[in-house]
Amino acid sequence: MAINFEKAFGIHQYSVGVRARRGEVLSSNIVNGDTPGYKAKDIDFKTELNNAMSSGSKHGNLNMTDSRHQFAQSQLSTDESSMFRTGNQPDVGDGNTVDSEVERNLFMKNSLEYQASLNFLNSKISNLRKAIKGQ
Amino acid sequence: MSLLRVLDISATGMSAQSVRMNTTASNLANANSVSSSSEETYRARHPVFSAELNRATNTINNNVGVNVESIIESEAELNKEYLPDHPKADKNGFIYHSNVNVMEEMANMISASRSYQTNVQIADAAKQMLNRTLQMGKN
Repeated sequence: MAINFEKAFGIHQYSVGVRARRGEVLSSNIVNGDTPGYKAKDIDFKTELNNAMSSGSKHGNLNMTDSRHQFAQSQLSTDESSMFRTGNQPDVGDGNTVDSEVERNLFMKNSLEYQASLNFLNSKISNLRKAIKGQ
Repeated sequence: MSLLRVLDISATGMSAQSVRMNTTASNLANANSVSSSSEETYRARHPVFSAELNRATNTINNNVGVNVESIIESEAELNKEYLPDHPKADKNGFIYHSNVNVMEEMANMISASRSYQTNVQIADAAKQMLNRTLQMGKN
């Protein structure tokens, strides 16, 4: 049986991408913490992950003329899925809905989750390596 | 690579906050400046932040940094004082103090330096994540 990277890495190859994108959204929130009128955004992890997985398996729009061609592009979905956060404070006076503390903790959590996904990927890779080396 | 974009975004935040620090320093330094007419008097300056416009080339994401749109001068009333002996007094004997509010500036300074620190931490976290990613599969 051939080794299939797609199967071996499972969901983690997509989740790192989505985590990275979420990190970007959160950092954009934090940076604009003092911008009047800026609305805090976030992404829905579930839909985002589903999008990433389906576009990953759809092979994008590349033509494959040989059965040995591999699709090697991680296409992350676009802006439609990012949503605005509901603030827990009605108004701060300038229309800004960023709560710096919340965003900071979310960013920290997101980066830990990213590293957890990386750890999973790492162990998958070392499993594969063990299988290849036969030790 | 969205993680590299995080570094860009936090860099815009750091430069915006340092502009804010800069205006605060200038305001505090000139808090006690006086002059002989209301036009020449130093007025408190404050930066106005706005979300960076989306770059036309980048359709994939709408996550934006921050930029300093303009620096406005405070419209607050100047303090006029009757001091006929002052070398800067005008013909009616008045001198004009700047309208810098020192309390406000101190609070602004603390806020700016905390925001700056947050941005540094974000950049650091992003760097760590990138580093780990580069190390992936090496051991």
